[in-house]
Amino acid sequence: MIWDRWRKGLERTRNALGSRLRGLGRGAEREEVLDAVEEALLLADCGLKVAADVRRALERRAPEDMPQAFAEAMMRIAGPQEPLRWAEDGLTVWLLVGVNGAGKTTTAGKLAMMAKAMGKSVVIAAADTYRAAATAQIAVWAERAGAEIVRGAERQDPASVAYQAIERGKAKGAGLVLVDTAGRLHNRQGLLDELGKIARATARALPGAPHEVLLVVDGATGQNAVAQAQGFMGAAPLTGICVTKLDGAAKGGSLLAVREALSLPVKLVGLGEGIEDLVVFSPEEYVQAMAPNWAEIGGR
Amino acid sequence: MFEQLQERLRQTFDRLRGRGKLTPDDIKKALREVRIALLDADVHFAVARDFVAQLEPKLLGEDVMSSLTPGQTVVKHVHDALRALLGGDVQPLRLRGKAPHAVLLLGLQGAGKTTFAAKLALRMKQEQHWPLLVACDLKRPAAIEQLAVLGERIGVPVQRPETSDPVRAARAGMDRARRDGQDIVLIDTAGRQEVDQELMAELQAIHRAIDPAATILVLDAMTGQAALGTAEAFARDVGVDGVVLSKVDGDARGGAALSVRAATGKPILFASTGERPEQLEPFSPDRMAQRILGMGDVMGLIERAQAHTEGVDAREMEQRLFKGQVTLDDLMAQLQTVRKMGSVREILGMIPGVGRKVKEQNVDEKQIGRNLAVLQSMTRQERRDPRLLDASRRRRIAKGSGTSVADVNRMLRQFEEMRRMAKAMKGMRGKMPQMPPLERR
Ligand SMILES: Nc1nc2c(ncn2[C@@H]2O[C@H](COP(=O)(O)OP(=O)(O)OP(=O)(O)O)[C@@H](O)[C@H]2O)c(=O)[nH]1
Ligand SMILES: Nc1nc2c(ncn2[C@@H]2O[C@H](COP(=O)(O)OP(=O)(O)O)[C@@H](O)[C@H]2O)c(=O)[nH]1
Ligand SMILES: [Mg+2]
Ligand SMILES: [Mg+2]
Repeated sequence: MIWDRWRKGLERTRNALGSRLRGLGRGAEREEVLDAVEEALLLADCGLKVAADVRRALERRAPEDMPQAFAEAMMRIAGPQEPLRWAEDGLTVWLLVGVNGAGKTTTAGKLAMMAKAMGKSVVIAAADTYRAAATAQIAVWAERAGAEIVRGAERQDPASVAYQAIERGKAKGAGLVLVDTAGRLHNRQGLLDELGKIARATARALPGAPHEVLLVVDGATGQNAVAQAQGFMGAAPLTGICVTKLDGAAKGGSLLAVREALSLPVKLVGLGEGIEDLVVFSPEEYVQAMAPNWAEIGGR
Repeated sequence: MFEQLQERLRQTFDRLRGRGKLTPDDIKKALREVRIALLDADVHFAVARDFVAQLEPKLLGEDVMSSLTPGQTVVKHVHDALRALLGGDVQPLRLRGKAPHAVLLLGLQGAGKTTFAAKLALRMKQEQHWPLLVACDLKRPAAIEQLAVLGERIGVPVQRPETSDPVRAARAGMDRARRDGQDIVLIDTAGRQEVDQELMAELQAIHRAIDPAATILVLDAMTGQAALGTAEAFARDVGVDGVVLSKVDGDARGGAALSVRAATGKPILFASTGERPEQLEPFSPDRMAQRILGMGDVMGLIERAQAHTEGVDAREMEQRLFKGQVTLDDLMAQLQTVRKMGSVREILGMIPGVGRKVKEQNVDEKQIGRNLAVLQSMTRQERRDPRLLDASRRRRIAKGSGTSVADVNRMLRQFEEMRRMAKAMKGMRGKMPQMPPLERR
């Protein structure tokens, strides 16, 4: 199970917090424990607000209740698991958006693989017509996943590429169209407008589309993740987040800050550069992996 | 979520006002605000803690305690300390040994290595070097193709690997440079996570094989707490001589810059500020300090404006302005400058907190384009003397510029406004009047 790999990665956080708490020894003052929890959450990029909220939730609890209170508070923030949205019947369209280098193209490849494994036929729209060799990159993924690709010419209007891909998907009776878009920063209004146009083009090609607008966020991103989500939300109706690169040292805590600020759920987690390295996000697993090793804390 | 540090400190001290002299306890409160601002800007937890601890004795000094505007004085101290930690002055890239000089680029996946490789190559070329780009990312799909396209765009040769071994690919690049006479060899490697020991070992092998004149870590400016550990690991396992901060054109506060400095002690050399090869700037500790504090990249804006007004004789124009003699030619030059600086919204977006407001105000980019088209459809004579513009000429101009007579009239009204402002300023000393506010859509 790939979650094990991720849990191993997160072990490092847990151990870091564990040893910090161990340093306090048994019978540590409540304040010290709270400080340690807060520090661990800040180090995981959860941000000041989430860290303070969790701390407040633990403040009046007896030491033996703390693990429970921690899990509850974190689960409240992480929210319930939310499934990916498919069309009631017929063709589904998912749009991948995000800042430069976040992992959109790789995620598109992984999602194509996932859908293929579910027995669906997949069309990929190579709607990044801007970055050097972007089309060549997504073409490799399409080939690996056994998906069809619809390419645009260099500098072709990406909205028209998305439109064509959906037309193609409809014509061949495909199950899923994945639209890979060019990376763009959320403070570039012109580029956000372009993204809005892509989203509208998919809706014109197929009523009800896009069924998912997934914001792809690099798991190492700090508090800027909130600004990213806000910026992209203004351009296209985001439905969820894919956090990538959690196979590294980063913990992706900033996505909890996003969830708190915008109620935008994490739906997927990227765990490597391989085509199978994608899992559905499980809030329970995530919260469990982030929890300190309470057994080490004094008073228990 | 959090306002500028300055504003927060002002509030903190406001609450304390009317109680006479500040106490050390008040300073502690200010330090807490500083720490919060740093953490919110993604400075690493431990770095922020140490920073505040080192700041405390300075703030307990007489100038803060007795200042009439303690908030500002604290900000000044914080800014100075940040600036010092970020490296003080702008640092140039230094290359060890003799040519061909290898420059090895490292970093996480998607950090901006390949883009920066092209940027540095372009800069080197402009400085009369003869660079060679070497593709050693054999992992990411089409990574070689990406570098090849960029190399073509900037007119720099690219060495494509003939093997599936990045170490041999790097060595082949060095051999080619020796043979063909290139003096700078830029090695673009695959992105990797520092926890991936196999890939870190591969990087060590490349390093050993080419003995680089400089090893540069490329780091995304949006990185959070992990920046410290990443930089530490690359410095420890491979060695790092300098750092490049990428995607600085975003609105992240960039606290990672501070973490990286703390982790490596090496200079930050460049700020990468866009996707295009020419978008590279020397890293300025001053500006980054302001940015981390949430004061916006004001200097960056001024510098960009200056770079693009070159060629326009600003002084002459200013004098004509003060005499109330502006012409439509001046307006055209001004609009062209704005155009060249990049989109107005893009520029304003560089100021944290402003980006979103600008969006709401909907600055009309198209309007600038329309105005320019109108101006360009006029004859020189008409631009010198707008009184010539009767109804039939206006119709001709509208047709020629693909606009309407209403657009022509609107542009002329804006110009009149500008001229009125210039006249009003006649005899006054100071700054050039600005364009009247752009119309909203
Ligand atoms: N370790 C790791 N690397 C990843 C993951 N997802 C993507 N990457 C790598 O991150 C880099 C950028 O990924 P891309 O998929 O090209 O990102 P993108 O958002 O499409 O980038 P642009 O289109 O250039 O904006 C590549 O080197 C990928 O191999 C992940 O989950 N883990
Ligand atoms: N906005 C912006 N995008 C950048 C910058 N540097 C690189 N990029 C983009 O970020 C993405 C990843 O860059 P790339 O050079 O391929 O990263 P690598 O994986 O480290 O080689 C690409 O889409 C680049 O166009 C920058 O300074 N600003
Ligand atoms: Mg891409
Ligand atoms: Mg690359």
